[in-house]
Amino acid sequence: MKIIKSIFYFYVNGFKNIDKLGIKLWVIIAIKLFIMFAILKIFFFPDFLNSKFDSDKDKGNYVIETLIN
Amino acid sequence: MSLVDWSRAQFALTAIYHWIFVPLTLGLSFIVAFMHTMYYRTKLEKWKNTTKFWMKIFGINFAIGVATGIILEFEFGTNWSNYSWIVGDIFGAPLAIEGILAFFLESTFIAVMFFGWDRVSKKFHMLSSWFVAVGSNLSALWILVANAWMQNPVGMQFNPDTARNEMVNFWEILLSPTAIYKFLHTITNGYVVASLFVIGISAWFILKGRHLDFAKRSIRIAAIFGLVASLVLAYTGDGSAYNTAKDQPMKLAAMEGLYEGGNEQGLVTVGIPTLGKKYGDDKNDYFFVVKIPYFLSYLATRDFGGYVPGVNNIIDGDIEHGIISTEERMKKGKIAINALKEYKTSDDKTVKDEALITFRENYNHFGYGFLPNKESAIPNVPLTFYSFHIMVGLGFYFIFLFAVILYFSKKHTLEKKKPLLKIALWSIPLGFIASELGWVVAEVGRQPWTIQDILPTMASTSHLSASSVQTTFWLFAALFTVLLIAEIKIMTHQIKSGPKEERS
Repeated sequence: MKIIKSIFYFYVNGFKNIDKLGIKLWVIIAIKLFIMFAILKIFFFPDFLNSKFDSDKDKGNYVIETLIN
Repeated sequence: MSLVDWSRAQFALTAIYHWIFVPLTLGLSFIVAFMHTMYYRTKLEKWKNTTKFWMKIFGINFAIGVATGIILEFEFGTNWSNYSWIVGDIFGAPLAIEGILAFFLESTFIAVMFFGWDRVSKKFHMLSSWFVAVGSNLSALWILVANAWMQNPVGMQFNPDTARNEMVNFWEILLSPTAIYKFLHTITNGYVVASLFVIGISAWFILKGRHLDFAKRSIRIAAIFGLVASLVLAYTGDGSAYNTAKDQPMKLAAMEGLYEGGNEQGLVTVGIPTLGKKYGDDKNDYFFVVKIPYFLSYLATRDFGGYVPGVNNIIDGDIEHGIISTEERMKKGKIAINALKEYKTSDDKTVKDEALITFRENYNHFGYGFLPNKESAIPNVPLTFYSFHIMVGLGFYFIFLFAVILYFSKKHTLEKKKPLLKIALWSIPLGFIASELGWVVAEVGRQPWTIQDILPTMASTSHLSASSVQTTFWLFAALFTVLLIAEIKIMTHQIKSGPKEERS
């Protein structure tokens, strides 16, 4: 428990003492991840097979169909 | 442009941008670890400041580059669903290990590396830098193993019931010569890129007359690291080419611009392939060429008299050397496709069993059944040729540059060599160019295959409209360009500020 607590405070203090550059980089990371997962993934990159089929069997059959026809 | 072209263009764009950040992370992480070790051993403040400066530059590159590779996975699921499904089981294990390693090693120790100054023991802090370096490089291993499998699909079997390749031998996949050379060649390329980067930035400081001791220290470390890495890079490049000759002879022929092969083939050192040269025409292979006699044969077969097939030989076939013509392979590929169809549609067990046997017998040619004509088995020869030769030329230039820089660094006369310092500064982009060209050779050279001989790009894509892929192509172009501008802007600002030690 003591170790977990000290690891937790290590991170908390690390983020508390972060400099301007660090904040800027974290903001860039946050914006980037938001664009990737909340915009691109949801609106532009649905998983093609998952969006059409529920089971692995159906997905496999569909892929085979596209290969043999 | 067709759907396949847009899907390929989008993947290429994403991979090229992603690969701007990755090699610098791979190499800079080790350079930081070396510097951190110097600080740990000497306890001198100057090494602490040197480590902190390059750690900061590493952090900028890491923060901006991190997760750019995830977009490639988005593209797999959306644009390349057939491919993703078919390779799923092969990619699953390596990518899962990659995720775990990347998360636990990099994410955990990167926090200790940045937050740990005076807060953890000096030894643990220094070791954290090493764990970050090893973790970054190990996570690259699994991605590269997956890529190597596409170039040389070993250790798997296609299951016609699930339409997936299933892993039958993990170690065969992990330890295939293609995977080993690809991993070593790629990571040492990252070390060279990072060494050129550190030397170039340090040369700029010397040219500006700022932070001279810091710059000379950095150059010394990077030049040693760069020289060793570039020699290993050349060695592993030779090994990669040897494996390419065995497993992807068409790629090697394209790399060399070789249409008419044979025994005792020379290696092109400088050359211009004949403009408009096509398979089977009467034009010479080259408009201009200088070759080292017998060396291509040696590189490809370890025998100066060895046989190296050219594009024409591979397409037409050469029974004497065991090469099946592409037309014959297309026939066998169609037999495999028809057998698969029979297996899936028949209700008769005997018919199914026979179809499965026929399918397995012809599976090595399966992908050829999708090709519209034999010419479509040929990659873009001029692009592969120029990318390969510029990459190799730059690789030898880097060895020379590192050696010269190290020589003058040891003689303590580097600051007087202004032209050399300027060359070092302007060599920074050359490292990135060579690195990207390496991927062009690897990926353009293996066209039309996503999985060598098994699955061509035309059978790998999802059934989408080309316009939807076109839209996301431009979205990515904009997003990555903004990220790259942010990286360059933040990095140049930080570099101009310099290390702490000599700030006035």
